[in-house]
Amino acid sequence: MTPAEIHSRLKEKFPSAVGEWQEPKAGDPCILLEPQELHEVCLFLKSEPGLEFDYLKLITGVDRGDKLSSVYHLYSYKHQHALVLRADVERAEPKLPSVADIWPAADWLERECFDMLGIVYQGHPDLRRILLPLDWEGYPLRKDYKQPQSYHGIKNE
Amino acid sequence: MEQSAKGPTTPQQMLREAIADPQDLRRYLHYLATIRAEGLSTSVIIAPLEAAINWARASSIWPLTFGLACCAIEMMATGADKFDLDRFGAGAFRPTPRQADLMLVAGTVTYKMAPRLKRLYDQMPEPKFVMAMGACTIGGGPYCKHGYHVVKGIDLLIPVDIYVPGCPPRPEALLDALLRLQDKISKNQPFAERFNKDTKNQKKPL
Repeated sequence: MTPAEIHSRLKEKFPSAVGEWQEPKAGDPCILLEPQELHEVCLFLKSEPGLEFDYLKLITGVDRGDKLSSVYHLYSYKHQHALVLRADVERAEPKLPSVADIWPAADWLERECFDMLGIVYQGHPDLRRILLPLDWEGYPLRKDYKQPQSYHGIKNE
Repeated sequence: MEQSAKGPTTPQQMLREAIADPQDLRRYLHYLATIRAEGLSTSVIIAPLEAAINWARASSIWPLTFGLACCAIEMMATGADKFDLDRFGAGAFRPTPRQADLMLVAGTVTYKMAPRLKRLYDQMPEPKFVMAMGACTIGGGPYCKHGYHVVKGIDLLIPVDIYVPGCPPRPEALLDALLRLQDKISKNQPFAERFNKDTKNQKKPL
């Protein structure tokens, strides 16, 4: 199935959760989702015959200023089609449901996204920093991140 | 060394001169080779103690197995047969800091790695030497301006003996640095602080 066909099928099933069809100038076309129903939509995509997205390629995060996005790249080995999902959350309260129970690969990917951008994935089995030290302050890939003057007494000119 | 009019000619003169300046290890070894070549007794070797110690230290610099990034690939190439670090007695990479003389910091040191690096350095026995290999280790390299996670030079953490520039440095550069480190060790005075009272202002023995 093409992504546009998948979009119309999802729109039928979840009229309130599935947003418009996004076709950016650069990059993959993607489907905008409501954060509240992300988990149900993902469960549907994983199990519905004809879709069966069995492989989560990656999760990335984007800082869009007032909002933070989490982008999910899915692929189906059975049907050999791909899909990109996007969920935007408010910067003040960046909370999303975790999909780690649907795709185990999401465990570390969500941890990385949390590490870099501070998006909190609710329901994640072990949400802590994965790359930076556990006592690091702030989220370095946010646009307003200010580097601290020193780390554990090491100067940071 | 060429035989000049002023230079020593007899073995006794050579030895006397070598002992008078024990820091010049290369000259001492050259004299020793000359004495041997002239067919004198080789069953006894007379050496100034400092020169002998320096010679032993400089000829068996055992590095710590310690690769952090792409510089480690060049370090491994230097250790392999084409460049062969073993020719200089420095090919015995030790898996523990307790047995190592040289910390060859090859690669990007992040803030997460920094406390571990310091601890490994503290665990090494004296005399110990540090070689900062590559741009990241010297001053943060390409991560200096916009990187939030890289230490801006490991001399903020531990004292450094030799800096090897490059991104990453070629094995030849690493070998050159090793030879320079050997020269530096040869000029050491291991007993200076113990026996000389007027060496307080001199450089501390390494």
